Amino acid sequence: MKPSIFGYQAPASIEEAISILAGDPDAVVLAGGQTLLPAMNFRAANPSTLVDIQHVADLRGIEVGTEIIVVKAMTRHREFELDAAVARVNPLVAEVMQHVAHVPIRNRGTVVGSLCHADPSAEMPLLLVLLGGSVIAQGPSGRREIAAEDFFQSFLTTARERDEIITEARFPVLPKAAGWAFDEVTRRHGDYAIAGVGCVLSLDDRGRASRVQLAACGIADTPVRLRDAENVLTGTVLDASDLDAAVAASTAAVTQPDEMHVSQTYRRRALGTLIRRMVTTAAQRATQMEIA
Amino acid sequence: MARTMRAAIPDRSADPEVDVSMTVNGEAVSRTVSVRMLLSDFLRHELGLTGTHVGCEHGVCGCCTVLIDGRAGRSCLTLAVQANGYDIRTIESVAAADGTLHPVQQAFKECHGLQCGYCTPGMVMNIVARFEEPGKLDLSDEGIRDLLSGNLCRCTGYLNIIAAVRRAAELLGRA
Repeated sequence: MKPSIFGYQAPASIEEAISILAGDPDAVVLAGGQTLLPAMNFRAANPSTLVDIQHVADLRGIEVGTEIIVVKAMTRHREFELDAAVARVNPLVAEVMQHVAHVPIRNRGTVVGSLCHADPSAEMPLLLVLLGGSVIAQGPSGRREIAAEDFFQSFLTTARERDEIITEARFPVLPKAAGWAFDEVTRRHGDYAIAGVGCVLSLDDRGRASRVQLAACGIADTPVRLRDAENVLTGTVLDASDLDAAVAASTAAVTQPDEMHVSQTYRRRALGTLIRRMVTTAAQRATQMEIA
Repeated sequence: MARTMRAAIPDRSADPEVDVSMTVNGEAVSRTVSVRMLLSDFLRHELGLTGTHVGCEHGVCGCCTVLIDGRAGRSCLTLAVQANGYDIRTIESVAAADGTLHPVQQAFKECHGLQCGYCTPGMVMNIVARFEEPGKLDLSDEGIRDLLSGNLCRCTGYLNIIAAVRRAAELLGRA
């Protein structure tokens, strides 16, 4: 037994779970446990009580709508990755998921758990920020929707109050005929990203970018939407000089200081390379979508 | 002289316990265990199934991989109480009752896919889980490396393990 002593509750409803959290400031929600349990095994996390939400029926499943994919709190990474309806309306999800840890971890870990952990180099927070999605927080005083960019506040810090449960994440579907791409630079496959970039873009009938979404993980204390680069690229034909300008507009977004294995300069170069590659790949896919 | 007063020894453990029931290798088991007992410790200490190995205990090495409702998962990152009601399969269930090796085990043997064998139970469970999934297997070097990426081997026997996965696919008619 590695973790220190804690109590265990397995509520059957969201309301019951919230009332346990509200009554105990050191109680923590347990979903898949793929981040929480390692932290507890190291005794870096010592919750008084674990509130295991796996038996709450209302927190299971994926709902694919015409504009939004609703991912409930107990949805495992692997379910989101393999869902055929999700792949039809947002093929970016499966592409991003290939980079999340390994299959045995994705079988257990949850999408919403990863969002709540808010590691700035993780892929799920980046995906939510890139797509302009949101989460639903439910607490003693009701439900509220929090936009992705407001939710991620700092390193491992979100806008969730401690007596709130994030009951679902809301990922927008891709616009019709949009191109998409995601890739990252890591020391080993499945590790957290040194830098990762996602792109979603649409082209007009003259081949100019009519809408560009670009975001990065690993470069700051939250995932970052690269709006300056988006503005530079919008309306252009995305040629080499446009990409140079977008990269130049993104260098200031890299605020992670030098670390043992990675300097800030290296991270900037990785970011620049990824922006060029992801925009190019997304544009190629958008062109193919138009032909098809 | 009176010494400092000692706290009375409590009449019961401060470590909360919980009843858990699950199916392990086809057999129903019930125990009362500490809520903080990891599934890996439950299998090894409570059930004596020591084939599930425990390496890092924080989800990196993959030695403790078992099947949880048919899907590969880390038993060191799962509490026994989280597995309440689930179907668990460990390495002890893989070979036939008469000792005939499973094709994945046979392939490891033929290809010398193990040296010390510490990582092997986790490797085998992860590979068995993938082989039980429907659909085409990616048997390229890259595909097999991706399959094995959650399992570490410190004997650096990876080339032989990759060969063993390919051989297992042949033995199972999945190549």
